[in-house]
Amino acid sequence: MIRGLLVIAALLGLWELYCVLSGVDQLVLPSPTDVGHALWTDRGILWSALLVTAGELLLGLSVALVVAIAAAIGIHLSRSLRNSVYPVLVASQTVPIPVIASLLVVWLGYDTGPKVVIVALVAFFPVVVGILDGLAGIDPELDLVARSFGAPRLRRFRLVEAPAALPGALTGLRIAVVISVIGAVFAEQAGGDSGLGFVIQQALPQLLTARAYAAVVVLSALALAAFLLLTAVQTRLLPWTRLRQSEQ
Amino acid sequence: MVSTLELTDVSFTRQRRGAQPLAVLDRISLKLEPGETLALVGPNGCGKSTLLELACGLLTPTSGTVQAPPIALMPQRGLLMPWANAVDNAALALRAEGVSRTAARERARDWLVRLGMSEFEDARPHELSGGMRQRLALARTLLAGRPIVALDEPFAALDAISRIEAARWLTSALGESDRSVLLVTHDVEEAAVLADRVVVLSPRPATLVAQVRLAGSVPRLRTSPEVLAAREAILSALGVSG
Repeated sequence: MIRGLLVIAALLGLWELYCVLSGVDQLVLPSPTDVGHALWTDRGILWSALLVTAGELLLGLSVALVVAIAAAIGIHLSRSLRNSVYPVLVASQTVPIPVIASLLVVWLGYDTGPKVVIVALVAFFPVVVGILDGLAGIDPELDLVARSFGAPRLRRFRLVEAPAALPGALTGLRIAVVISVIGAVFAEQAGGDSGLGFVIQQALPQLLTARAYAAVVVLSALALAAFLLLTAVQTRLLPWTRLRQSEQ
Repeated sequence: MVSTLELTDVSFTRQRRGAQPLAVLDRISLKLEPGETLALVGPNGCGKSTLLELACGLLTPTSGTVQAPPIALMPQRGLLMPWANAVDNAALALRAEGVSRTAARERARDWLVRLGMSEFEDARPHELSGGMRQRLALARTLLAGRPIVALDEPFAALDAISRIEAARWLTSALGESDRSVLLVTHDVEEAAVLADRVVVLSPRPATLVAQVRLAGSVPRLRTSPEVLAAREAILSALGVSG
Protein backbone atom coordinates (compact mmCIF):
# COMPACT_ATOMS: atom_id res chain seq x y z
CA MET A 1 0.00 0.00 0.00
CA ILE A 2 2.74 2.45 1.00
CA ARG A 3 4.82 1.38 -1.98
CA GLY A 4 1.83 2.01 -4.24
CA LEU A 5 1.49 5.54 -2.86
CA LEU A 6 5.20 6.11 -3.39
CA VAL A 7 4.92 5.08 -7.04
CA ILE A 8 2.00 7.47 -7.52
CA ALA A 9 3.93 10.28 -5.82
CA ALA A 10 6.96 9.67 -8.04
CA LEU A 11 4.82 9.71 -11.20
CA LEU A 12 3.15 12.95 -10.11
CA GLY A 13 6.58 14.48 -9.44
CA LEU A 14 7.80 13.55 -12.93
CA TRP A 15 4.63 14.96 -14.46
CA GLU A 16 4.98 18.24 -12.53
CA LEU A 17 8.63 18.46 -13.53
CA TYR A 18 7.79 17.93 -17.18
CA CYS A 19 5.12 20.68 -17.12
CA VAL A 20 7.51 23.17 -15.52
CA LEU A 21 10.52 22.37 -17.71
CA SER A 22 8.82 21.95 -21.10
CA GLY A 23 6.58 24.97 -20.75
CA VAL A 24 3.64 22.97 -22.21
CA ASP A 25 0.41 24.99 -22.36
CA GLN A 26 -1.75 24.12 -19.34
CA LEU A 27 -4.76 23.93 -21.65
CA VAL A 28 -3.10 20.92 -23.28
CA LEU A 29 -1.53 19.33 -20.22
CA PRO A 30 -2.33 20.79 -16.82
CA SER A 31 0.22 20.05 -14.11
CA PRO A 32 -0.73 18.00 -11.03
CA THR A 33 -0.88 21.28 -9.10
CA ASP A 34 -3.44 22.66 -11.58
CA VAL A 35 -5.47 19.44 -11.31
CA GLY A 36 -5.26 19.59 -7.53
CA HIS A 37 -6.47 23.17 -7.63
CA ALA A 38 -9.39 22.19 -9.88
CA LEU A 39 -10.23 19.29 -7.54
CA TRP A 40 -10.64 21.83 -4.73
CA THR A 41 -12.40 24.70 -6.52
CA ASP A 42 -14.75 22.41 -8.50
CA ARG A 43 -15.44 20.11 -5.57
CA GLY A 44 -19.18 20.89 -5.59
CA ILE A 45 -19.59 19.99 -9.28
CA LEU A 46 -17.35 16.94 -8.98
CA TRP A 47 -19.10 15.63 -5.85
CA SER A 48 -22.60 15.80 -7.31
CA ALA A 49 -21.30 14.29 -10.58
CA LEU A 50 -19.62 11.51 -8.59
CA LEU A 51 -22.89 10.66 -6.85
CA VAL A 52 -24.67 10.39 -10.21
CA THR A 53 -21.98 8.18 -11.76
CA ALA A 54 -21.63 6.01 -8.67
CA GLY A 55 -25.41 5.49 -8.67
CA GLU A 56 -25.36 4.41 -12.32
CA LEU A 57 -22.50 2.03 -11.59
CA LEU A 58 -24.23 0.49 -8.59
CA LEU A 59 -27.47 -0.06 -10.50
CA GLY A 60 -25.69 -1.30 -13.63
CA LEU A 61 -23.48 -3.68 -11.70
CA SER A 62 -26.46 -5.07 -9.78
CA VAL A 63 -28.33 -5.73 -13.00
CA ALA A 64 -25.18 -7.29 -14.50
CA LEU A 65 -24.71 -9.54 -11.47
CA VAL A 66 -28.28 -10.86 -11.54
CA VAL A 67 -28.25 -11.49 -15.28
CA ALA A 68 -24.75 -12.96 -15.18
CA ILE A 69 -25.63 -15.43 -12.41
CA ALA A 70 -28.76 -16.55 -14.28
CA ALA A 71 -26.87 -16.86 -17.57
CA ALA A 72 -23.95 -18.73 -16.02
CA ILE A 73 -26.21 -21.22 -14.25
CA GLY A 74 -28.15 -21.82 -17.47
CA ILE A 75 -25.02 -22.26 -19.52
CA HIS A 76 -23.45 -24.53 -16.91
CA LEU A 77 -26.45 -26.81 -16.51
CA SER A 78 -27.54 -27.07 -20.13
CA ARG A 79 -25.30 -28.12 -22.96
CA SER A 80 -27.67 -26.72 -25.55
CA LEU A 81 -27.68 -23.32 -23.81
CA ARG A 82 -23.90 -23.43 -23.73
CA ASN A 83 -23.78 -24.07 -27.45
CA SER A 84 -26.42 -21.52 -28.37
CA VAL A 85 -26.09 -18.66 -25.86
CA TYR A 86 -22.38 -18.57 -25.08
CA PRO A 87 -21.25 -17.54 -28.60
CA VAL A 88 -23.87 -14.77 -28.59
CA LEU A 89 -22.53 -13.48 -25.27
CA VAL A 90 -18.99 -13.39 -26.61
CA ALA A 91 -20.12 -11.66 -29.79
CA SER A 92 -22.06 -9.07 -27.78
CA GLN A 93 -18.80 -7.92 -26.22
CA THR A 94 -17.32 -7.02 -29.61
CA VAL A 95 -19.93 -4.31 -30.27
CA PRO A 96 -18.19 -0.96 -29.70
CA ILE A 97 -19.85 0.78 -26.73
CA PRO A 98 -19.78 4.30 -28.29
CA VAL A 99 -21.87 3.01 -31.20
CA ILE A 100 -24.65 1.47 -29.13
CA ALA A 101 -24.42 4.18 -26.48
CA SER A 102 -25.82 6.85 -28.83
CA LEU A 103 -28.41 4.46 -30.20
CA LEU A 104 -29.56 3.48 -26.71
CA VAL A 105 -29.96 7.15 -25.78
CA VAL A 106 -32.23 7.64 -28.78
CA TRP A 107 -34.12 4.51 -27.85
CA LEU A 108 -34.34 4.79 -24.03
CA GLY A 109 -34.02 8.55 -23.45
CA TYR A 110 -31.64 10.86 -21.66
CA ASP A 111 -32.14 9.70 -18.09
CA THR A 112 -30.56 6.85 -16.11
CA GLY A 113 -31.99 4.04 -18.29
CA PRO A 114 -29.38 3.84 -21.06
CA LYS A 115 -26.49 4.40 -18.62
CA VAL A 116 -27.54 1.43 -16.50
CA VAL A 117 -27.97 -0.72 -19.60
CA ILE A 118 -24.51 0.15 -20.89
CA VAL A 119 -22.78 -0.36 -17.54
CA ALA A 120 -24.58 -3.70 -17.19
CA LEU A 121 -23.59 -4.67 -20.73
CA VAL A 122 -19.92 -3.98 -20.06
CA ALA A 123 -19.87 -5.49 -16.57
CA PHE A 124 -21.87 -8.60 -17.30
CA PHE A 125 -19.33 -10.46 -19.41
CA PRO A 126 -16.38 -10.76 -16.99
CA VAL A 127 -18.79 -11.90 -14.28
CA VAL A 128 -20.26 -14.65 -16.48
CA VAL A 129 -16.81 -15.82 -17.51
CA GLY A 130 -15.60 -15.72 -13.89
CA ILE A 131 -18.52 -17.82 -12.67
CA LEU A 132 -18.24 -20.32 -15.53
CA ASP A 133 -14.50 -20.65 -14.90
CA GLY A 134 -15.16 -21.30 -11.23
CA LEU A 135 -17.76 -23.92 -12.10
CA ALA A 136 -15.49 -25.59 -14.66
CA GLY A 137 -12.61 -25.69 -12.18
CA ILE A 138 -14.40 -27.98 -9.74
CA ASP A 139 -12.61 -31.23 -9.10
CA PRO A 140 -14.57 -33.85 -11.08
CA GLU A 141 -13.95 -36.36 -8.29
CA LEU A 142 -15.76 -34.13 -5.81
CA ASP A 143 -18.75 -34.40 -8.10
CA LEU A 144 -18.33 -38.19 -8.10
CA VAL A 145 -18.39 -38.17 -4.30
CA ALA A 146 -21.59 -36.14 -4.21
CA ARG A 147 -23.11 -38.53 -6.74
CA SER A 148 -22.08 -41.56 -4.71
CA PHE A 149 -23.89 -39.93 -1.77
CA GLY A 150 -27.01 -39.86 -3.92
CA ALA A 151 -27.37 -36.11 -4.51
CA PRO A 152 -29.55 -35.28 -7.54
CA ARG A 153 -28.21 -32.82 -10.14
CA LEU A 154 -29.65 -29.60 -8.74
CA ARG A 155 -28.71 -30.45 -5.19
CA ARG A 156 -25.14 -31.17 -6.31
CA PHE A 157 -25.15 -27.75 -7.91
CA ARG A 158 -26.34 -26.05 -4.76
CA LEU A 159 -24.12 -27.92 -2.28
CA VAL A 160 -20.90 -28.35 -4.21
CA GLU A 161 -20.74 -26.33 -7.40
CA ALA A 162 -22.24 -22.97 -6.44
CA PRO A 163 -19.89 -22.36 -3.47
CA ALA A 164 -16.94 -23.42 -5.59
CA ALA A 165 -17.84 -20.77 -8.17
CA LEU A 166 -17.88 -17.88 -5.66
CA PRO A 167 -14.21 -16.89 -5.95
CA GLY A 168 -14.49 -16.81 -9.74
CA ALA A 169 -17.60 -14.67 -9.51
CA LEU A 170 -15.84 -12.18 -7.26
CA THR A 171 -12.79 -12.02 -9.50
CA GLY A 172 -15.08 -11.34 -12.46
CA LEU A 173 -16.87 -8.67 -10.47
CA ARG A 174 -13.60 -6.94 -9.60
CA ILE A 175 -12.68 -6.72 -13.28
CA ALA A 176 -16.23 -5.62 -14.10
CA VAL A 177 -16.15 -2.74 -11.61
CA VAL A 178 -13.06 -1.25 -13.17
CA ILE A 179 -14.06 -1.50 -16.81
CA SER A 180 -17.68 -0.53 -16.24
CA VAL A 181 -16.45 2.93 -15.17
CA ILE A 182 -15.40 3.46 -18.80
CA GLY A 183 -18.84 2.29 -19.92
CA ALA A 184 -20.50 4.82 -17.62
CA VAL A 185 -18.41 7.67 -19.08
CA PHE A 186 -19.31 6.73 -22.66
CA ALA A 187 -22.95 6.47 -21.71
CA GLU A 188 -22.97 9.90 -20.08
CA GLN A 189 -21.20 11.48 -23.02
CA ALA A 190 -23.64 9.94 -25.50
CA GLY A 191 -26.48 11.88 -23.96
CA GLY A 192 -27.13 13.19 -20.50
CA ASP A 193 -26.80 16.23 -18.29
CA SER A 194 -24.95 14.90 -15.25
CA GLY A 195 -22.22 12.55 -14.13
CA LEU A 196 -18.44 12.61 -14.37
CA GLY A 197 -18.45 11.73 -18.07
CA PHE A 198 -20.70 14.71 -18.70
CA VAL A 199 -18.37 16.98 -16.66
CA ILE A 200 -15.41 15.87 -18.78
CA GLN A 201 -17.34 16.40 -21.99
CA GLN A 202 -18.42 19.92 -20.97
CA ALA A 203 -15.03 20.98 -19.59
CA LEU A 204 -12.94 20.32 -22.70
CA PRO A 205 -14.66 22.73 -25.14
CA GLN A 206 -14.74 25.36 -22.36
CA LEU A 207 -10.93 25.02 -22.11
CA LEU A 208 -11.25 23.83 -18.50
CA THR A 209 -8.72 21.04 -19.06
CA ALA A 210 -7.72 20.88 -15.41
CA ARG A 211 -11.37 20.25 -14.46
CA ALA A 212 -11.57 17.39 -16.97
CA TYR A 213 -8.44 15.86 -15.46
CA ALA A 214 -9.84 16.36 -11.98
CA ALA A 215 -12.97 14.44 -13.03
CA VAL A 216 -10.77 11.62 -14.33
CA VAL A 217 -8.97 11.52 -10.97
CA VAL A 218 -12.30 11.22 -9.14
CA LEU A 219 -13.38 8.48 -11.56
CA SER A 220 -10.18 6.49 -10.98
CA ALA A 221 -10.50 6.90 -7.23
CA LEU A 222 -14.06 5.57 -7.42
CA ALA A 223 -13.00 2.49 -9.41
CA LEU A 224 -10.03 1.87 -7.14
CA ALA A 225 -12.16 2.16 -4.01
CA ALA A 226 -14.72 -0.31 -5.39
CA PHE A 227 -11.95 -2.70 -6.41
CA LEU A 228 -10.33 -2.61 -2.98
CA LEU A 229 -13.70 -3.04 -1.30
CA LEU A 230 -14.40 -6.20 -3.32
CA THR A 231 -10.92 -7.54 -2.56
CA ALA A 232 -11.59 -6.98 1.14
CA VAL A 233 -14.95 -8.76 0.81
CA GLN A 234 -13.21 -11.70 -0.83
CA THR A 235 -10.53 -12.10 1.86
CA ARG A 236 -13.19 -11.73 4.55
CA LEU A 237 -15.85 -14.05 3.17
CA LEU A 238 -13.70 -16.50 1.23
CA PRO A 239 -10.53 -16.85 3.33
CA TRP A 240 -9.47 -20.12 1.69
CA THR A 241 -8.93 -18.35 -1.66
CA ARG A 242 -6.46 -15.98 -0.01
CA LEU A 243 -4.58 -18.97 1.30
CA ARG A 244 -4.41 -20.61 -2.08
CA GLN A 245 -3.03 -17.44 -3.62
CA SER A 246 -0.30 -17.14 -1.00
CA GLU A 247 0.64 -20.80 -1.43
CA GLN A 248 1.33 -20.34 -5.12
CA MET B 1 -32.65 -54.03 -2.84
CA VAL B 2 -29.62 -56.27 -3.17
CA SER B 3 -27.82 -56.60 0.10
CA THR B 4 -24.27 -57.02 -1.09
CA LEU B 5 -21.94 -56.27 -3.96
CA GLU B 6 -21.57 -58.90 -6.64
CA LEU B 7 -19.61 -58.49 -9.86
CA THR B 8 -20.11 -61.18 -12.48
CA ASP B 9 -17.73 -61.40 -15.46
CA VAL B 10 -17.25 -57.65 -15.51
CA SER B 11 -15.14 -56.20 -18.30
CA PHE B 12 -14.55 -52.55 -18.94
CA THR B 13 -13.02 -50.88 -21.95
CA ARG B 14 -12.38 -47.16 -21.81
CA GLN B 15 -13.19 -45.32 -25.03
CA ARG B 16 -10.61 -42.67 -25.78
CA ARG B 17 -10.83 -39.88 -28.29
CA GLY B 18 -8.13 -40.14 -30.94
CA ALA B 19 -6.62 -43.29 -29.45
CA GLN B 20 -7.20 -47.03 -29.31
CA PRO B 21 -9.84 -48.09 -26.77
CA LEU B 22 -8.15 -49.18 -23.58
CA ALA B 23 -9.08 -52.54 -22.05
CA VAL B 24 -9.00 -51.89 -18.33
CA LEU B 25 -10.76 -54.84 -16.68
CA ASP B 26 -11.10 -58.35 -18.03
CA ARG B 27 -13.92 -60.64 -16.80
CA ILE B 28 -13.70 -59.99 -13.10
CA SER B 29 -16.02 -61.84 -10.74
CA LEU B 30 -16.16 -60.86 -7.14
CA LYS B 31 -18.57 -61.09 -4.23
CA LEU B 32 -18.36 -59.05 -1.08
CA GLU B 33 -19.55 -60.87 2.03
CA PRO B 34 -21.65 -58.87 4.50
CA GLY B 35 -19.45 -57.21 7.10
CA GLU B 36 -16.31 -58.17 5.27
CA THR B 37 -13.35 -55.91 4.54
CA LEU B 38 -12.08 -56.80 1.09
CA ALA B 39 -8.82 -55.31 -0.11
CA LEU B 40 -8.02 -54.98 -3.80
CA VAL B 41 -4.31 -54.84 -4.54
CA GLY B 42 -2.56 -54.57 -7.84
CA PRO B 43 0.11 -52.61 -9.65
CA ASN B 44 -0.36 -48.89 -10.31
CA GLY B 45 -2.74 -48.15 -13.15
CA CYS B 46 -4.24 -51.64 -13.26
CA GLY B 47 -7.80 -50.38 -12.97
CA LYS B 48 -8.49 -50.57 -9.25
CA SER B 49 -10.14 -47.15 -9.19
CA THR B 50 -12.19 -48.04 -12.26
CA LEU B 51 -13.39 -51.14 -10.45
CA LEU B 52 -14.55 -48.94 -7.57
CA GLU B 53 -16.39 -46.57 -9.87
CA LEU B 54 -18.14 -49.54 -11.48
CA ALA B 55 -19.10 -50.87 -8.05
CA CYS B 56 -20.46 -47.47 -7.06
CA GLY B 57 -22.54 -47.30 -10.22
CA LEU B 58 -20.66 -44.25 -11.49
CA LEU B 59 -19.57 -46.21 -14.57
CA THR B 60 -21.37 -48.90 -16.56
CA PRO B 61 -19.45 -52.09 -17.41
CA THR B 62 -18.78 -52.85 -21.06
CA SER B 63 -19.94 -56.41 -20.39
CA GLY B 64 -20.93 -58.43 -17.35
CA THR B 65 -23.17 -57.39 -14.49
CA VAL B 66 -22.75 -55.38 -11.34
CA GLN B 67 -25.27 -55.89 -8.56
CA ALA B 68 -24.83 -53.54 -5.67
CA PRO B 69 -26.66 -51.65 -2.97
CA PRO B 70 -25.78 -47.93 -2.81
CA ILE B 71 -22.09 -47.54 -2.02
CA ALA B 72 -20.43 -44.43 -0.58
CA LEU B 73 -17.14 -43.55 -2.22
CA MET B 74 -14.09 -42.03 -0.58
CA PRO B 75 -11.71 -41.06 -3.37
CA GLN B 76 -7.97 -41.05 -3.13
CA ARG B 77 -7.38 -37.43 -2.23
CA GLY B 78 -10.26 -37.25 0.23
CA LEU B 79 -11.67 -34.25 -1.64
CA LEU B 80 -13.00 -32.04 1.03
CA MET B 81 -14.66 -28.75 0.18
CA PRO B 82 -12.19 -25.94 0.90
CA TRP B 83 -14.95 -23.43 1.71
CA ALA B 84 -16.62 -25.52 4.41
CA ASN B 85 -15.47 -26.33 7.94
CA ALA B 86 -15.10 -29.89 9.22
CA VAL B 87 -18.71 -30.21 10.36
CA ASP B 88 -20.14 -29.00 7.06
CA ASN B 89 -17.75 -31.16 5.08
CA ALA B 90 -18.86 -34.24 6.98
CA ALA B 91 -22.50 -33.12 6.77
CA LEU B 92 -22.37 -33.12 2.96
CA ALA B 93 -23.10 -36.85 2.96
CA LEU B 94 -26.43 -36.24 4.70
CA ARG B 95 -27.34 -33.02 2.96
CA ALA B 96 -26.84 -34.83 -0.36
CA GLU B 97 -29.76 -37.04 0.69
CA GLY B 98 -31.86 -34.01 1.54
CA VAL B 99 -31.40 -33.95 5.33
CA SER B 100 -31.80 -30.44 6.74
CA ARG B 101 -28.72 -28.41 7.58
CA THR B 102 -29.26 -28.47 11.34
CA ALA B 103 -29.95 -32.19 11.56
CA ALA B 104 -27.04 -33.00 9.25
CA ARG B 105 -24.63 -30.91 11.34
CA GLU B 106 -25.78 -32.57 14.54
CA ARG B 107 -25.11 -36.06 13.23
CA ALA B 108 -21.84 -34.95 11.65
CA ARG B 109 -20.64 -33.65 15.03
CA ASP B 110 -21.32 -37.10 16.57
CA TRP B 111 -19.01 -38.74 14.08
CA LEU B 112 -16.28 -36.15 14.51
CA VAL B 113 -16.35 -36.85 18.23
CA ARG B 114 -16.14 -40.58 17.61
CA LEU B 115 -13.11 -40.05 15.37
CA GLY B 116 -11.44 -37.86 17.97
CA MET B 117 -11.85 -34.68 15.97
CA SER B 118 -14.17 -32.70 18.22
CA GLU B 119 -11.72 -29.80 18.67
CA PHE B 120 -11.47 -29.39 14.91
CA GLU B 121 -15.18 -28.94 14.20
CA ASP B 122 -14.76 -25.40 12.91
CA ALA B 123 -11.46 -25.90 11.11
CA ARG B 124 -11.39 -25.63 7.35
CA PRO B 125 -9.55 -28.40 5.45
CA HIS B 126 -6.45 -26.27 4.86
CA GLU B 127 -6.06 -25.94 8.63
CA LEU B 128 -5.98 -29.73 9.13
CA SER B 129 -3.08 -32.15 8.82
CA GLY B 130 -3.12 -34.79 6.09
CA GLY B 131 -4.17 -37.47 8.56
CA MET B 132 -6.97 -35.30 9.94
CA ARG B 133 -8.24 -34.56 6.45
CA GLN B 134 -8.48 -38.28 5.66
CA ARG B 135 -10.21 -38.88 8.97
CA LEU B 136 -12.73 -36.21 8.08
CA ALA B 137 -13.24 -37.71 4.62
CA LEU B 138 -13.87 -41.07 6.28
CA ALA B 139 -16.37 -39.51 8.68
CA ARG B 140 -18.18 -38.07 5.68
CA THR B 141 -18.16 -41.42 3.87
CA LEU B 142 -19.50 -43.30 6.89
CA LEU B 143 -22.19 -40.67 7.45
CA ALA B 144 -23.61 -41.46 4.04
CA GLY B 145 -25.18 -44.45 5.81
CA ARG B 146 -24.56 -46.85 2.97
CA PRO B 147 -24.20 -50.58 3.70
CA ILE B 148 -20.90 -50.61 1.77
CA VAL B 149 -18.12 -48.05 1.73
CA ALA B 150 -15.50 -47.92 -1.01
CA LEU B 151 -12.14 -46.50 0.05
CA ASP B 152 -9.72 -45.66 -2.73
CA GLU B 153 -6.13 -45.54 -1.40
CA PRO B 154 -7.29 -43.77 1.76
CA PHE B 155 -3.78 -43.44 3.17
CA ALA B 156 -1.78 -42.89 0.00
CA ALA B 157 -0.93 -39.30 0.92
CA LEU B 158 0.15 -40.08 4.49
CA ASP B 159 3.62 -40.75 5.86
CA ALA B 160 4.51 -44.13 7.39
CA ILE B 161 3.81 -43.14 10.99
CA SER B 162 0.46 -41.51 10.22
CA ARG B 163 -0.48 -44.64 8.29
CA ILE B 164 -0.07 -46.87 11.31
CA GLU B 165 -2.22 -44.49 13.35
CA ALA B 166 -4.72 -44.24 10.49
CA ALA B 167 -5.09 -48.02 10.35
CA ARG B 168 -6.11 -47.87 13.99
CA TRP B 169 -8.81 -45.21 13.69
CA LEU B 170 -10.08 -46.67 10.46
CA THR B 171 -10.66 -50.11 11.96
CA SER B 172 -12.19 -48.71 15.14
CA ALA B 173 -14.59 -46.53 13.15
CA LEU B 174 -15.50 -49.40 10.81
CA GLY B 175 -15.84 -51.83 13.72
CA GLU B 176 -18.56 -49.65 15.25
CA SER B 177 -20.49 -49.32 12.05
CA ASP B 178 -20.79 -52.95 10.94
CA ARG B 179 -20.36 -52.31 7.25
CA SER B 180 -18.72 -54.05 4.34
CA VAL B 181 -15.66 -52.31 3.01
CA LEU B 182 -14.06 -52.32 -0.39
CA LEU B 183 -10.52 -51.10 0.14
CA VAL B 184 -8.26 -50.29 -2.77
CA THR B 185 -4.58 -50.02 -2.03
CA HIS B 186 -1.22 -50.57 -3.67
CA ASP B 187 0.36 -51.19 -0.28
CA VAL B 188 0.43 -54.97 0.12
CA GLU B 189 1.28 -54.81 3.80
CA GLU B 190 -1.57 -52.41 4.51
CA ALA B 191 -3.98 -54.80 2.81
CA ALA B 192 -2.71 -57.66 4.99
CA VAL B 193 -3.05 -55.52 8.13
CA LEU B 194 -6.60 -54.35 7.49
CA ALA B 195 -8.49 -56.84 5.34
CA ASP B 196 -10.36 -60.09 5.92
CA ARG B 197 -9.63 -61.05 2.34
CA VAL B 198 -7.18 -59.72 -0.22
CA VAL B 199 -7.88 -59.95 -3.94
CA VAL B 200 -4.86 -59.59 -6.22
CA LEU B 201 -5.27 -58.04 -9.66
CA SER B 202 -2.89 -58.40 -12.61
CA PRO B 203 -1.53 -55.48 -14.62
CA ARG B 204 -3.97 -53.96 -17.15
CA PRO B 205 -6.22 -55.36 -18.46
CA ALA B 206 -6.76 -56.52 -14.90
CA THR B 207 -7.80 -60.08 -14.18
CA LEU B 208 -8.23 -61.67 -10.80
CA VAL B 209 -5.04 -63.63 -10.13
CA ALA B 210 -5.24 -64.65 -6.49
CA GLN B 211 -7.23 -64.44 -3.29
CA VAL B 212 -5.75 -64.54 0.18
CA ARG B 213 -7.90 -65.00 3.28
CA LEU B 214 -6.75 -63.77 6.64
CA ALA B 215 -8.07 -64.69 10.07
CA GLY B 216 -8.18 -62.73 13.29
CA SER B 217 -9.11 -59.24 14.32
CA VAL B 218 -7.85 -56.10 12.64
CA PRO B 219 -5.65 -54.09 12.61
CA ARG B 220 -3.11 -56.91 12.70
CA LEU B 221 0.44 -56.26 13.76
CA ARG B 222 2.66 -55.60 10.81
CA THR B 223 5.17 -58.08 12.15
CA SER B 224 2.69 -60.89 12.90
CA PRO B 225 3.26 -64.23 11.11
CA GLU B 226 -0.22 -63.95 9.61
CA VAL B 227 0.62 -60.64 7.89
CA LEU B 228 4.06 -61.79 6.78
CA ALA B 229 2.66 -64.97 5.23
CA ALA B 230 -0.12 -63.07 3.47
CA ARG B 231 2.37 -60.51 2.21
CA GLU B 232 4.50 -63.32 0.80
CA ALA B 233 1.53 -64.92 -0.94
CA ILE B 234 0.31 -61.62 -2.42
CA LEU B 235 3.73 -60.63 -3.69
CA SER B 236 4.32 -63.96 -5.34
CA ALA B 237 0.89 -63.69 -7.00
CA LEU B 238 2.01 -60.29 -8.31
CA GLY B 239 5.17 -61.94 -9.65
CA VAL B 240 7.61 -60.19 -7.36
CA SER B 241 9.63 -61.68 -4.54
CA GLY B 242 9.45 -59.81 -1.26
